[in-house]
Amino acid sequence: MSLTSILFIVFFYLAVSLCLVGVTLKVIQYASTPVPLKIPTAPAPLTQFGVVLRMMREVFLFSSLFRASKWTWLFGWLFHWALVLLFIRHLPYFWPGETPEILRQTESLKYAAFPLIFGLSGLLARRFFVDRVRYISSPSDYLLLLLLIAIALTGVLMTFASYYPDMGMVYSFAEGLITLNWSELPSEGIFLAHIFMVFFLIAIFPISKMLHAPGVFFSPTLNQVDNARKKRHISDWAIDKEKNSKGG
Amino acid sequence: MAKFDTPKLETYLKTPALKRDSMTGGGPFKANADMQKSLGFPGEKVDNWQQVAIEKMADTISKYRSLPVFLDACVKCGACADKCHYFLGTGDPKNMPVARQDLFRSVYRRHFTFAGKYFPKLVGAKEFDEAMLDDWYNYFHQCSECRRCSVYCPYGIDTAEITMAAREVMNAIGVGQKYCNQILGKVKKIGNNLGMPEPALRDTLLDLEEEIEEDTGVAVKLPLDKEGAEILLITPSADFFAEPHIDGLIGYAKVFHQSGASWTLSSYASEGANFGMFIGNYDIMREGALRIRKAALDLGVKRIIVGECGHAWRVAYSFWNTLIGIGGGAKDEYARQLQNQLDQNYPQPQHIIEYTYDLIQKGQLTFDKSKNDHRTVTFHDSCNVARGSNMGGIANGQFILPREVIKAACNHFVEMSEGTIKTSTFCCGGGGGLLADDLLELRVKGALPRMQALKQSEEKSGVNTLAALCAICKSQFTKVLPYYDFDPFMVVSVHQLVSEALILDGANSQQESKAL
Repeated sequence: MSLTSILFIVFFYLAVSLCLVGVTLKVIQYASTPVPLKIPTAPAPLTQFGVVLRMMREVFLFSSLFRASKWTWLFGWLFHWALVLLFIRHLPYFWPGETPEILRQTESLKYAAFPLIFGLSGLLARRFFVDRVRYISSPSDYLLLLLLIAIALTGVLMTFASYYPDMGMVYSFAEGLITLNWSELPSEGIFLAHIFMVFFLIAIFPISKMLHAPGVFFSPTLNQVDNARKKRHISDWAIDKEKNSKGG
Repeated sequence: MAKFDTPKLETYLKTPALKRDSMTGGGPFKANADMQKSLGFPGEKVDNWQQVAIEKMADTISKYRSLPVFLDACVKCGACADKCHYFLGTGDPKNMPVARQDLFRSVYRRHFTFAGKYFPKLVGAKEFDEAMLDDWYNYFHQCSECRRCSVYCPYGIDTAEITMAAREVMNAIGVGQKYCNQILGKVKKIGNNLGMPEPALRDTLLDLEEEIEEDTGVAVKLPLDKEGAEILLITPSADFFAEPHIDGLIGYAKVFHQSGASWTLSSYASEGANFGMFIGNYDIMREGALRIRKAALDLGVKRIIVGECGHAWRVAYSFWNTLIGIGGGAKDEYARQLQNQLDQNYPQPQHIIEYTYDLIQKGQLTFDKSKNDHRTVTFHDSCNVARGSNMGGIANGQFILPREVIKAACNHFVEMSEGTIKTSTFCCGGGGGLLADDLLELRVKGALPRMQALKQSEEKSGVNTLAALCAICKSQFTKVLPYYDFDPFMVVSVHQLVSEALILDGANSQQESKAL
């Protein structure tokens, strides 16, 4: 096997491991940090079911962002949903053995690449042209968008222009990563660039602002039930204070 | 106090262009050593302040989940950037919620994240140096903790949480704000924000009783420290002396009188406000609340009702059950003791608006609405009530109940424009511990969005009365309205409207409505 193939295979496992370990550690940190006070923000749901609905509206529809800025919502919502569709579109490559019927019908999802690029370009343009957003942007904010755009563009060139890599090799390489039956990479530079950037993106997930994905579920302003008067909410470190208290 | 220009009211609210450093400066007056020490903070800035600050940050981040989540999750989308009244009024980019948070976040990244430790420039991580501390002190005292930004954030990031944490860290290194910490010292020593001792309070209440009787011919009482009373009223101490607050207090007294309830105020717990929240200090907030718990136990009351005060109601509604066990559903001994004493047929605590609303629903109050016919009333949703609490236990009750009470007492009620009321309400500009004279410029400029909405409803519907249910809002509006050419006396308590229209049994039939 070529050195390039070996390096990419190692990089893949390294990236996925960093991502899984990093995100797990972060989730453990969030989950184990107490929430001492009830701080749901309006419009706060009065029941647990209401919290589930609220969270679904935020995660699937980006409802707060919609209220805040229609343009940001449009770009951001298109980008995220296109990303989900393209993720599904990539599953057949990795599926070990016979591809299930449902995954074989995902071909047309490739067109999601265009709303993806549109959304990302819109978000990038806002960083350049809206003075408020420019002010709050760090280099990493631009670079992350550029990285995603570059991933999308290399994908588009391989799919819609005549830069096809050897698809047989792509399938066996990707499948081999899952089944540990490693095989040679296709040699096309554009393909190598595409997967290098994707692996890099996966690797930096837990040390970047991509932590908003697990974070949103832990946001106390969004995930708390507004029932403070009915049910006593108290954290361990706070209840300790009562042990030395004479009760008022 | 430097001179400043009051912003002009345009036909609609514009998002300003960035005016860098337009609100830069030394921030509000700092607390002196005595004030700091009285709260258990270092008297002056400690020598190794950076180290202490980073340790305090670590401690706070480990105790409040909101902090690590909010600090990590922000993607800098800018959804909040044009939502803060202080940004809209000043154009200073550091008053954009995300930029204000970034003062904290950049230090967090430098000291607590991989990317910030090894690639600080790349991710905007910064050292906690003197210049950064100056920015912290200045700009974390330009946030009123109103939570409007959190309503628009896709992750619910609440700048109030960051501001509270930043003030907590600054207090821990001996850098505190005079206004908040001086007041907290008075509560600790005397029991209210004013430092008003029991005899003065008693005199004030007697004067009020006389005034009401003169006005109406009815002997409405304002009892103090009455053991065995059914209801303990906890209200902001501003209600005892400030205008227009005091007319609200008269309103509560008349409602209690008319309902026949036995009620009392407490001289030990004569403060509804709890500035412990403003400085993000759990222990001080709890200590303030414990006075109320003690008063409730000593007086043996069955119900606790909270007067018109925004953050007091947030603390009471959302935090009291946690802090001191006033509420329901407790499993621990400490809280159950009090909960067994309180009548659980009623919500504990209850807001005076909920109390009055219930009586109206039951038909136990009658109003002569024509007494308020000279008014066209609009209602300012106070931020802490709107975004940090509920009333009536129904969805959006905190918006519905006050409006229903106003409409029961007034014939002419109109709303200000969408996007400036209810969940999207703008802060009055003086909340969160910023109601200090040394912050006047900020207060005037921060009031701009509310003044804009008020101007529109004045032109469109002839609004001449602005009803509010928060002591800070009422004081702030009284002060800033003249800067925008409004009549400062147009601010009223919701219960002043109730007071003026409520028909008391046995009242003088010739009762004149008080001329304004």
